[in-house]
Amino acid sequence: MMVDNILEVSNLKKYFKTKQGILHAVDGVSFTLERGKTLGIVGESGCGKSTIGRTVLRLIEPTSGEIRFNGTDINKLNKHQMRSMRPQMQIIFQDPYSSLNPRRTVSQTIREPITLNRMISDRAKLDERVAQLMDMVGLAERFVNSYPHELDGGRRQRIGIARALSVNPEFIVCDEPVSALDVSIQAQILNLLKQLQRKMGLSYIFITHDMSVVNYFSDDIAVMYMGKMVEKAPVEELFSNPVHPYTKALLSAVPIPEYREEKHKRIILRGEVTSPVNLPDECRFAKRCSQACDQCIKKEPPLTEIRPGHFVCCCNI
Amino acid sequence: MDSKDIALEVKNLVVEYVTADGTVHAVNDINLTVKRQSCMGLVGETGAGKTSTALAIMNLIPSPPGIIRRGRIVLNGYETLSMKDTEMDAVRGKEVAMIFQDPMTALNPVLTIGEQIAESILMHEKISKTEALERAKQMLEMVGINGNRANNYPYQLSGGMKQRVVIAIALCCNPNLLIADEPTTALDVTIQAQVLELIDNLRESYKTSMLLITHDLGIVAEMCDEVSVMYAGRIVECGTVKEVFTDTKHPYTEGLFNSLPNINDRNAQLTPITGLVPDPTDLPPGCAFAPRCRYACAECGKRVPKDKWISATHMVACTAYEKPEFLIERNKK
Ligand SMILES: Nc1ncnc2c1ncn2[C@@H]1O[C@H](COP(=O)(O)OP(=O)(O)OP(=O)(O)O)[C@@H](O)[C@H]1O
Ligand SMILES: Nc1ncnc2c1ncn2[C@@H]1O[C@H](COP(=O)(O)OP(=O)(O)OP(=O)(O)O)[C@@H](O)[C@H]1O
Ligand SMILES: [Mg+2]
Ligand SMILES: [Mg+2]
Repeated sequence: MMVDNILEVSNLKKYFKTKQGILHAVDGVSFTLERGKTLGIVGESGCGKSTIGRTVLRLIEPTSGEIRFNGTDINKLNKHQMRSMRPQMQIIFQDPYSSLNPRRTVSQTIREPITLNRMISDRAKLDERVAQLMDMVGLAERFVNSYPHELDGGRRQRIGIARALSVNPEFIVCDEPVSALDVSIQAQILNLLKQLQRKMGLSYIFITHDMSVVNYFSDDIAVMYMGKMVEKAPVEELFSNPVHPYTKALLSAVPIPEYREEKHKRIILRGEVTSPVNLPDECRFAKRCSQACDQCIKKEPPLTEIRPGHFVCCCNI
Repeated sequence: MDSKDIALEVKNLVVEYVTADGTVHAVNDINLTVKRQSCMGLVGETGAGKTSTALAIMNLIPSPPGIIRRGRIVLNGYETLSMKDTEMDAVRGKEVAMIFQDPMTALNPVLTIGEQIAESILMHEKISKTEALERAKQMLEMVGINGNRANNYPYQLSGGMKQRVVIAIALCCNPNLLIADEPTTALDVTIQAQVLELIDNLRESYKTSMLLITHDLGIVAEMCDEVSVMYAGRIVECGTVKEVFTDTKHPYTEGLFNSLPNINDRNAQLTPITGLVPDPTDLPPGCAFAPRCRYACAECGKRVPKDKWISATHMVACTAYEKPEFLIERNKK
């Protein structure tokens, strides 16, 4: 049977011009997202997660690459064509506060994309739709005329979700949607996003730096390092059988909330991530890698499929 | 316990902030003991009162609007709340030092990192400036930064390095007690692992006691000997890490565990705590957690729960335990 992919990205690049030189924020990344599934993207600050999320929606223009959404290469669409595609692809941000207009009420915020896309014009129907969306995301009706600053982080995130859902999208990029929230509220929002996915068949790209959250939430996981995808696999495979030394270090660094008699031995990476500017032709992780060999500094390793669906970008495999 | 074995004792501490919108009840009558050379974790969600507790221990509550209404703080034998500013200056750094959450606000942007470390050393030791700078370099080496970076300014360092400098400043006078307020929240996990390992090693070689503030129960499991769980300005449960993690008593602590995705079992159900934290200017009467608690009964809303000691180290403040047969779900399995 053919896999039904909602999104197929190949060799996506996004470079930024900076004073120091060309910054390779996303540097030749390829992946697919199956309809109704979640691809988690993890990695440290600055590795290019948000840039991927934004370029696949063409909120920022890719430098090069192909982005096929439902079979159409959206990178080739003109402004007008892109606009009619927009409602199908939405984004939810980390900080609901800065992404919401402080002078708009909950109701105004949620209805804006609907009216912008001329989906409903009748006043009464619009109110009805807003009420329905608020109910869907678990926002009590009494907040309909509240302003963002009057609400807590969890409720603000619910507004962001309702707004994204208002135009009936098929695909949503969730960019760190729970990172700013306390754990008890984080669990509420994660459950909500899962439940909406089941009900509406949504496909998600889920960006986070929290390994236990991504493990819970995703079907596949892509691990990014300095603009490159260094490993990608189904979630169970990645967690039980990580292959790239960076993935191993990342997993081993996660503090586990369980009591143990003996402290567990962890892999401590030396050094820090540097900015992906003026890159030499070598493995980007080589400088911090405990297993680096002569091969690694000769050229960048290609992404190789070591098992069905499990891709790794490392010389030592 | 012998008072020599105690690094810090907080007794009936009450901290309030008097604002135009009302009085914020940030810390409501808490007790806390940190044993010498051990690490106590203080966990709780945003607004629980963790930082206010730490600032009270440092005698640094901003006033106004803050006020320490009541309580005693005994630091290595010294009663600090009654101290004059000059006396307290001598205690800070030498007896107790604090690592603040945001390394950027803790560092002075116009001084080199070497000068900043030297400055703290000079506050407590009568040595020359050159000697202090030399010591500063050694401190940098100790936290894994090359000594010749002493003349770097904060902006020239990455987030992880800045946090190391902050640690170097906190430890340069070899304090008895180190208070670390979310020392790694701003850092990536691999850098967090480096910094936590560093703190652990230094603590061991300097025999420092520690109060570690965090909202991450994983960090508690990894770093602490004991843990206190704070909710709406009260400590609802405390005990050794083993007691609190394997024999959890308070419904709020249970709620925190149930909210966490389990990295070893991705199919485990997430059960969030319903509702929200109460408004600290208008706390509910009785148990502040009762409105969100799945076990709450009428009694819980009427009076503040008493501390119930289950062992010499394990305490729970929950009215439900007045019924001897009461068990939370987590303990029924
Ligand atoms: N508009 C821009 N101009 C120049 N550089 C940029 C721009 N946007 C992003 N970058 C750089 O691109 C790289 C990737 O940034 P991006 O925001 O995608 O990272 P991220 O993985 O989302 O990080 P975080 O976890 O901190 O959100 C970083 O080095 C960043 O500094
Ligand atoms: N200077 C201040 N003025 C008024 N209210 C304050 C002040 N500082 C803290 N508060 C309030 O006191 C309560 C406790 O705050 P505190 O910073 O101690 O919490 P915390 O547990 O450290 O939270 P977080 O996890 O967000 O750091 C909160 O309701 C907070 O808004
Ligand atoms: Mg980002
Ligand atoms: Mg705090």
